Amino acid sequence: MKDVLEALERWRGEEQQIAVATVVGVEQSAPRDPGAMLAVNGRGDVAGSVSGGCVESAVYDEAQDAIATGRPRLVTYGISDEDAISVGLTCGGTIHVFVERLDW
Amino acid sequence: MIFDRLADALHANQPVALVTRIDGARAGAKLLVFDDDVFGDLGTPGLNVAAAGEARALLAVGETAMRTFGEDGEPVGVEVRLFIAAYAPKPSMYVFGAIDFSRAVARIGKYLGYGVTVVDARPVFATKARIPDADEVVVAWPDEWLARAPVDSRTALIILTHDVKFDIPLLQVALRTSAGYIGAMGSRRTHANRIEELKRVGVSDADLARVSAPIGLDIGARTPEETAISIAAEIIALREVREGGRLSEGSLPVHNARTSVNAP
Repeated sequence: MKDVLEALERWRGEEQQIAVATVVGVEQSAPRDPGAMLAVNGRGDVAGSVSGGCVESAVYDEAQDAIATGRPRLVTYGISDEDAISVGLTCGGTIHVFVERLDW
Repeated sequence: MIFDRLADALHANQPVALVTRIDGARAGAKLLVFDDDVFGDLGTPGLNVAAAGEARALLAVGETAMRTFGEDGEPVGVEVRLFIAAYAPKPSMYVFGAIDFSRAVARIGKYLGYGVTVVDARPVFATKARIPDADEVVVAWPDEWLARAPVDSRTALIILTHDVKFDIPLLQVALRTSAGYIGAMGSRRTHANRIEELKRVGVSDADLARVSAPIGLDIGARTPEETAISIAAEIIALREVREGGRLSEGSLPVHNARTSVNAP
């Protein structure tokens, strides 16, 4: 949160719609610890990261969908996961990411 | 709004935890937990109470984690998964004496994630221009200032004054705190004099053993920058209960087992 705080405050000042994706769990060796956050706004700007690059584009799509629908979701990316192979969690391990619209 | 309260707390470096329900129909529900207050609602009063208790426990150790509870906060339940992000404040580094070494120590302290304050009684030396990396540069008598400053087990006290007039009262105050690191610059002879003086005013051997002096690891540091690295390395080694020698000559695992993660 601390590393995306400035972006979040700026976007709120501009009345942008925002979604945040937070790493809520990791298994084995993962590039970012729980609490790491990626933030996206309705204009498509991005701040922060949840994995050091491996799954950011997939999380970005989930975040845009969360902005559009307001529906929060818990998504998992891992080497044993079919989806994850397509998006490529090349860094190994498994991460659980909670994606939600920032309307709180 | 929860976000605004959270942002204010983060800017103020105040301990705060954000609890989020991550599955089920109420996914996304929030509870913001302070030491003495909560905002928001996770669904039931019992769940709010249980989550606040757990969040405060995690905050105390600076750990971010997932926890499961029953719908009404039953500790054995598994229906509700909560993600608890604990934002513990930055640890503090207090540097006493505004000399060339202080500039380098302030810089590495900042680099390691400390909130750095430099304290010196001399207004000519204690200026932000001389020590640009410090968060704060204070003109005050070191011992009087420290007696009123917040200190906890993560706090590092670095005494670079090496002048008995300042050092003795300052070390007396420092040894009454729970600071995790107390280091004092000066030669072996300077420190021998300090020990003699501190014993004379009633400081115990156990307390004297808490003082790292001469300060730093034995890497042959000469310049202020090299000395700052030697001091920083000693702080890390003491925290991790390591000797500080060469990994190539040791046999312990490179990292100690990690029990906690501070939310980024």
